[in-house]
Amino acid sequence: MFELLGIPPQVMMGQLLLGLINGSFYAVLSLGLAVIFGLLNIINFSHGAQYMLGAFVAWMLLTYLGLGYWWALVLAPVIVGATGLALERVALSRLYHLDHLYGLLLTFGVALIIQGLFRNYYGISGQPYQIPGALAGGQNLGFMFLPNYRAWVVVASVVVCFGTWFMIEKTRLGAYLRAATENPVLVGAFGINVPRLIALTYMFGVGLAGFAGVLAAPIYSVNPNMGADLIIVVFAVVVIGGMGSIMGAILTGYGIGLVEGLTRVFYPEGSAVVIFVIMAIVLMIKPEGLFGRTA
Amino acid sequence: MIRRLAIGTAAIAAIAGPGFAQDAMDVTLGVLNDRSGTYADLSGEGSVIAARMAVEDFGAEEKGLNVEILSADHQNKPDVGSNIARQWYDQEGVDAILDVPTSSVALAVADITAQNNGVFLNSGAGSTELTRGQCQPTTVHWTYDTAALAKGTGQAVTQAGGDQWFFLTADYAFGHSLEENTARVVEEAGGEVVSTVRHPFPATDFSSFLLQAQGSGANVIGLANAGGDTVNAIKQASEFGITQSGISLAALLMFISDVHALGTETAQGLQLTEAFYWDQNDETREWSARFEEQHGAKPTMVHAGVYSATMHYLRAVEATGSTEGEEVVAQMKQTEFDDPLFGEGHVRADGRVIHDMYLFEVKSPDASEGEWDLYEQRAVIPGEEAFLPMIDECDFSQQAG
Repeated sequence: MFELLGIPPQVMMGQLLLGLINGSFYAVLSLGLAVIFGLLNIINFSHGAQYMLGAFVAWMLLTYLGLGYWWALVLAPVIVGATGLALERVALSRLYHLDHLYGLLLTFGVALIIQGLFRNYYGISGQPYQIPGALAGGQNLGFMFLPNYRAWVVVASVVVCFGTWFMIEKTRLGAYLRAATENPVLVGAFGINVPRLIALTYMFGVGLAGFAGVLAAPIYSVNPNMGADLIIVVFAVVVIGGMGSIMGAILTGYGIGLVEGLTRVFYPEGSAVVIFVIMAIVLMIKPEGLFGRTA
Repeated sequence: MIRRLAIGTAAIAAIAGPGFAQDAMDVTLGVLNDRSGTYADLSGEGSVIAARMAVEDFGAEEKGLNVEILSADHQNKPDVGSNIARQWYDQEGVDAILDVPTSSVALAVADITAQNNGVFLNSGAGSTELTRGQCQPTTVHWTYDTAALAKGTGQAVTQAGGDQWFFLTADYAFGHSLEENTARVVEEAGGEVVSTVRHPFPATDFSSFLLQAQGSGANVIGLANAGGDTVNAIKQASEFGITQSGISLAALLMFISDVHALGTETAQGLQLTEAFYWDQNDETREWSARFEEQHGAKPTMVHAGVYSATMHYLRAVEATGSTEGEEVVAQMKQTEFDDPLFGEGHVRADGRVIHDMYLFEVKSPDASEGEWDLYEQRAVIPGEEAFLPMIDECDFSQQAG
């Protein structure tokens, strides 16, 4: 039996699996960001707040309407997406002709407002949200105890990530979208409603954040700051993967989860920083990101 | 973000009443704590309410004290906290800074307070350094410290058979201090520290660390962290079957707000040490009910500490007729108190407040009769045993002469 730097292989397997689970959240969140940036050129800083909204909508559906987890998994992304749609129509759509910075500032401001409002109403300690009955319990894998819910998180995120990638890169709808970003005037001339296409894309990207929020609700505490802590990491993931690259965001999300997981074993104190160290290195060697196309 | 709040009509009275105006003494208190982050529920606005209640209950207005309360958010960052403290002393005429959770910020504020001859009434921070390595003649450390927590929970858990400890420690001054103090208590009680992991603060995912703990052969995981970190760690320990596998958790610092957020279902059976619980006697119940009316939640021990510290401070200001830091604190140390919330106690010469601490156990959902009916008292730890003995360098009664 071999040991790697004093870590038995069972422990290593467990840690890699945990890294993959955390990576699932990074992947879904950075995917949403990449879709929005790639197709709309908006740096969506309210993504963390929208993730938090997803978790809170799930909690509200349960608390006020008695609708459980599975309903929330479908409804919350739609509801959060709808708030995104409203934001796009009312505010963001007026900024497309301006510099990236304006969209960033607007969405950052919106994030602070949403988080502030929730903090004011619900406090900071968080709301309890139980794991759905069908996914309670777990499997003993020999090297670790894997809660069923965490396994579900990995499966759900893989399906959603690759579904999204397929839709954008391989279908007719995706082709329209990519064309509309490339040359909106020409695509509009072919009779396609470009502003609506763009608005729905933003809604979809925001809906992904809401979806991740519902996935997170049962395992992390549902509190107004949950997205603020995560958003910076997710941005680093997008930068490492290459701004706007769909596949880059997905693969980097999982990869960063794994690297972070390993850091937690070898040097726990550094686990919060390791992502940014990688980001700095990638920016120095390959500024367009690992999967980015050179501009 | 600094808010102003004039207390009652004291300010108006001071201007309107000619005789009053000459006698009234201005006292400005600054409540500096976490108003938006992970410690906002255990300190935050509740501490401002507690300070305001103390000013009203003391009858400051009738006693000729014109008290104003400021509040600000230090965001758990020492640089932010230091800037606010300096601004308060230099420009806003603040006489005393209250609360200040997050030990790294508290240590910075203690230093600035001494330079400005203000008064530092700490309730929210835990580091024993405040009255040891970095003690100041102007610091009063009221509610708890990591040594008292270690003494209560560490000793009880070790004696109950939890003798192989794995520490999960928040990687900053407070966590280190709590870990160190608890390790000492555990070893004294015949236990052993198997391993330690220091996690970044704040963190959301603890599964990796919990798994390491499981593989370490420990039978107790000591959570040397606080607030949201502790809540998440306990939740995930139950999710990953850590507690079911026979490893018990020792939450070394947990506030009632955390237990409330976790719910009795997840938190039941946890042992924890606190300085105050709302349901201890008639006086604590009466005060807590008034507090809840204004705040919407029961007070934490940090809120209670802000109240009692402010009360004792105002008594000293009244007695000395001064707001000079060293003079007021010396007066606070001379008079023993019999406080409605903390019982009998005194401020030791090094600034450490000596009062009883309590070991509580979280009730099971069946035993809990209401939303806030959370604790069963297990033991009283007398003040003299709970806190570390004074070190000579910090005996300010000697130095004052």
